[in-house]
Amino acid sequence: MEKGFFKSKGMIWGLIGLIILFVLPGVLPRFYIYLTSIILLTGLLATSLNLVLGYGGIFQFHHAVFYGVGAYATALMIIKSGLTPWLGFIVGPLVSSLLSLIMGIICIRLSKLYFGMLQISLGSLVWIIVYRWYSFTGGDDGIHGVPIPDIISSPTSAYYFTLIITLLCFIVMYKIIKSPFGSALQGIRDNPVRSEMIGINVKRHQLLALVIAGFFAGIAGSLFVVVDNTVFPDMLFWTLSLEILIMCLLGGWFSFLGPMLGAAIIIVLRTFISTFTSYWTLVLGILMMFVIFFLPNGVLGYIEEKLKKG
Amino acid sequence: MLQVKGLSKSFDGFKAVNNASLDVQQGEIVAVIGPNGAGKTTLFNLITGILKPDEGRVIFKGEDITGLAPYKICRKRISRSFQVVNIFPRLTVFENTQVAVLARQKKTWNLFTPSKRLAMEETEEILKNVGLMDKKDRVTAFLSHGDRKVLEIAMALGGDPEFLILDEPTAGMAPEETARCIELIKNLSDRLGLTILFCEHDMEIVFGIAKRIMVMVRGSTIIQGTCDEVRCNQAVQDAYLGGSEVCSM
Repeated sequence: MEKGFFKSKGMIWGLIGLIILFVLPGVLPRFYIYLTSIILLTGLLATSLNLVLGYGGIFQFHHAVFYGVGAYATALMIIKSGLTPWLGFIVGPLVSSLLSLIMGIICIRLSKLYFGMLQISLGSLVWIIVYRWYSFTGGDDGIHGVPIPDIISSPTSAYYFTLIITLLCFIVMYKIIKSPFGSALQGIRDNPVRSEMIGINVKRHQLLALVIAGFFAGIAGSLFVVVDNTVFPDMLFWTLSLEILIMCLLGGWFSFLGPMLGAAIIIVLRTFISTFTSYWTLVLGILMMFVIFFLPNGVLGYIEEKLKKG
Repeated sequence: MLQVKGLSKSFDGFKAVNNASLDVQQGEIVAVIGPNGAGKTTLFNLITGILKPDEGRVIFKGEDITGLAPYKICRKRISRSFQVVNIFPRLTVFENTQVAVLARQKKTWNLFTPSKRLAMEETEEILKNVGLMDKKDRVTAFLSHGDRKVLEIAMALGGDPEFLILDEPTAGMAPEETARCIELIKNLSDRLGLTILFCEHDMEIVFGIAKRIMVMVRGSTIIQGTCDEVRCNQAVQDAYLGGSEVCSM
């Protein structure tokens, strides 16, 4: 499945990719550095979704909530607490995973589509609170100019911070997928009844997976605060959830790095096509149709398949 | 070892299992037979907790396990295989079995140790026992039907059971696969000392390996006894063997 990631060939490609990512700020103009940071943290967000979607088989339809809440928690902690800003980066993911736990306990009784529907409703509830609570969250204005510690406030240092944190998160997530918990989770995805029959407490494992996914989404949210210095309610609107879902499908939801690739494709498309036309989603729609018809395992899934055969 | 007393379950007024009773002693191989729709699989589902019975009790080693969640029943060391192949299609043969072993060892909460360092020997031992070692790295979606049925048993063995329930273990197998599978079941009983409860349509297999037989018709137990007792029973002959079987005793 996600073989090739640590195999010798994959290792070389990975190293080349990493070197490119590390020297990028030296050659690219500021805007592209910002864009790459956004791709990295969105890729992290999509991969955290894929932990429960592709590996857990849970229809997490409103994953952006945990991203947005993580970002808000970080920003509010920095602004309102008066404590060291670094604390915000810890509080953000923790608040996200707590919310994920609460929503998980409510939703986990249902399965498949029903889980997804209930999750969209609960997530939208969180969104409306953030959207309306002017005195605390700034309502639809959001919060601008969040003060970030000096060493990571410049675009280049924010980029490196994002890159390193994203890398660490990817290593941890990869380890989780390869752990016994990851095996059990994939078993549950393939066949919940059988999993229960071999002695796995299905609901509890799913709940832990949701909390972990929420945690990493929260980290992605915190990174957005570092890169953009703002938070706004759209970060937890359901359209973003849909977008990261598409990233997973586009890149390949059975490949570990698929969602990252999907994030890169979509963000690049949105940035460059939207300078020509405001109907860039039309292009995305057509692209998506082709992917579903011809590459059911996503772009990276297709490449891996070819490499295996070749 | 296992006692089933007056178990009943109905679906929308249809009594799938109606006052079924069963008694299995330690180390025995017991077969459940009956026409299609007699409620054999439902009975197994009731014992293993997938369904909750309306009435009756299931007692395992003196402990009432009626209506416990399946994963809890599994931890009492009751494992089962399924009639319709019920495996993890995207994982390999090895991973399928390994998950079962890890689950039994309660290691599935471990987040950071790589799976490939855990439960290796036990998993390989099981695969050697069932004869799937040469196919261990195959993704199970691409296995032959016969091999998948054997993998079913391997996964059940992952739970290190004392009591093994096999739901039509040889259904759909080619003749030579069937022979291999029967050999396997006998081995599990002789070498590992497992108590086995199974159901099967092929009477040759049933009379070949079962020590005792329970006959179900329309959800009810009509008799439980030795092979000869069952073969000579008039009610069984009428209901199931077509009434023409000649009693050899």
